[in-house]
Amino acid sequence: MHIVVCIKQVPDSAQIRVHPVTNTIMRQGVPSIVNPYDLFSLEEALRLRDELGGTVTVLTMGPPTASESLRKCLTYGSDRAVLLTDRFFAGSDTLATSFALAQAIRKIGETFGAPDIVFAGKQTIDGDTAQVGPGVAKRLDLLQLTYIQKIVACDPEARTLTVERRAEGGTQTLVTRLPCLVTMLEGVNQVRRGSIHDALRAARAEIVTWSAKDAGIEDVTKCGLRGSPTVVKRVFAPAPRSEKAAAVPVSGKAAADADALIDAILARQPSLEADLTHLAAGI
Amino acid sequence: MSDKPAAPAPAAGSRASMKKELPEHFKAYKHVWVLVEQERGQVHPVSWELLGEGRKLADQLGVELAGVVMGAAGTGTLEAAAEAFAYGADLVYLVEHETLRDYRNEPYSKAMTDLVNAHKPEILLLGATTLGRDLAGSVATTLLTGLTADCTELAVDADKSLAATRPTFGGSLLCTIYTLNFRPQMATVRPRVMKMPERQEGRTGRVVPFAPDLSEADIVTKLLSFLPDRTSTKNNLAYADVVVAGGLGLQSAENFQLVRRLAATLGAEFGGSRPLVQKGWIPSDRQIGQTGKTIRPKLYIAAGISGAIQHRVGVDGADMIVAINTDPNAPIMDFAHVAIVTDAVRFLPALTDAVARRFSPHTRDRIAG
Ligand SMILES: Cc1cc2nc3c(=O)[nH]c(=O)nc-3n(C[C@H](O)[C@H](O)[C@H](O)COP(=O)(O)OP(=O)(O)OC[C@H]3O[C@@H](n4cnc5c(N)ncnc54)[C@H](O)[C@@H]3O)c2cc1C
Repeated sequence: MHIVVCIKQVPDSAQIRVHPVTNTIMRQGVPSIVNPYDLFSLEEALRLRDELGGTVTVLTMGPPTASESLRKCLTYGSDRAVLLTDRFFAGSDTLATSFALAQAIRKIGETFGAPDIVFAGKQTIDGDTAQVGPGVAKRLDLLQLTYIQKIVACDPEARTLTVERRAEGGTQTLVTRLPCLVTMLEGVNQVRRGSIHDALRAARAEIVTWSAKDAGIEDVTKCGLRGSPTVVKRVFAPAPRSEKAAAVPVSGKAAADADALIDAILARQPSLEADLTHLAAGI
Repeated sequence: MSDKPAAPAPAAGSRASMKKELPEHFKAYKHVWVLVEQERGQVHPVSWELLGEGRKLADQLGVELAGVVMGAAGTGTLEAAAEAFAYGADLVYLVEHETLRDYRNEPYSKAMTDLVNAHKPEILLLGATTLGRDLAGSVATTLLTGLTADCTELAVDADKSLAATRPTFGGSLLCTIYTLNFRPQMATVRPRVMKMPERQEGRTGRVVPFAPDLSEADIVTKLLSFLPDRTSTKNNLAYADVVVAGGLGLQSAENFQLVRRLAATLGAEFGGSRPLVQKGWIPSDRQIGQTGKTIRPKLYIAAGISGAIQHRVGVDGADMIVAINTDPNAPIMDFAHVAIVTDAVRFLPALTDAVARRFSPHTRDRIAG
């Protein structure tokens, strides 16, 4: 089995701040992490490899510093890491990103063997679109299985994969053929810590680094800003409501303050009295 | 998953794409479409919310609003079409085929792509559900057009382009995204973000059948079984009339019980901010906000929640927002209607008592008796 896992290095969102005057994101000093959603897919890939044999290749597109996240994935036990980096990729939207990743996966196939399964994260914590996985699948003409809560069986001989998929209103059990693309649901596993051996290997490992040309991309107009059909025209802070919240004066006595708060709510919206009475009665 | 950088990149070469120069072959693309997400006879309510929004866009553009209903014949497709008219559609593309009985990416994305190529909409809206997101990503990639996820506002601008606004990355910011030179302009919207339109009894429209070129023999992925969710395990957070939520200001999982107690006394649903899910204080289906549930209750009480944009977009549709927070300058003060600047841990038990005293019939009877 050859399994490719697409990951993204993202800023640790818990530590992002917005500049109060310029409305731009202050990235300086914000630590980078592997997109948390990707780790559920990575763990599933490693588990399948351990059971069935084979190799796991992690792939990312990003700036040269994204190699840190790839190295992290090596410490978890991935066998190989590929970094796709080029100034042509700057400003890619999801369509341009899926184009570049798909090309890199083709090249990985030519260089290291065709993948049986490609994994991607369900979504990222920064872009949050959940579009790149399906985009890569379509570009590579792979069957697509998103929101997978469980891989029930993988049969490399029969070339089949059976999964449980979280659908609207229930769980689907689906069987499909390899090769395919899978995105795992969050919380379905916990990424392993990796062994000392993996950590040592990761520290020394060479990260395969490809430019657009190295990955076989001839038409760079399909990459980056130029390859992106979407355009961000405006970035702005949300408007505050015309009036700030009406502050209920605080007496220090919690019981009296609670009554004052309820009075303030009902004064503003008298119809709530009936609603609350109904609800509290369990009607 | 690459998103646009939060600040418009000033790179040279970006200029050209910022201008609208719609290629000739896209000029025939007209009308606004909404996917009416119908499965097992059930239409996801986000479809009606989108028809409401699509109606406004279509009226501004002076074009028609179409619903797209897909499924196997006799599984509620005709009923879904009739409802789509009641919620504002002028016409419905009815795509019936046995392979569309259950959602699978292959037949659905092929049918939708073929339908778009045949009838050429300028705007295509889908719910940001598991189905909508799975389908939208495939269709947009096949058509090589732009797709904006999880929009919180849709508008038509002066040159008749779709302006899709969504929260952006990390901070308290929104961004407006355009697909200027490709068609259709695609967007997904999460359930409850848009208001449910008024249902107009007796409103009808045209049904336009579309026969998709599909055959089960060509479809690789097979459905072995479907296990419906037990309704008892699903919470009603998104559709609740009153919601009480807590944030990091509560400081501990034990203190979060104070939120649950107030919610129980009010007969309300409870929820929380994302960090509480990450800490394991609440399950993920209780998260409110951009990456959790969007709610539109009559009353929303937020205790110890700062009001970051990702949280705000999930609650902006509430009729009344009440903040309990120690910080008079917390961002939530900019969009709450009523606030009390106090320690939520001390205050919540008192509020629970006051609610019980004033609204709960049992306590009231006891007091009266
Ligand atoms: C891509 C992305 C998606 C996100 N999606 C979501 C989402 O869906 N939902 C969401 O909620 N967040 C989301 N977030 C996180 C969001 O940016 C904020 O970090 C988060 O909402 C903050 O949670 P909080 O308000 O509980 O905590 P904090 O921001 O730490 O706020 C705690 C508040 O409690 C107050 N406080 C402290 N002590 C007390 C006390 N004793 N009594 C009363 N008040 C007190 C403080 O004044 C403060 O205002 C997302 C972030 C990113 C980057």
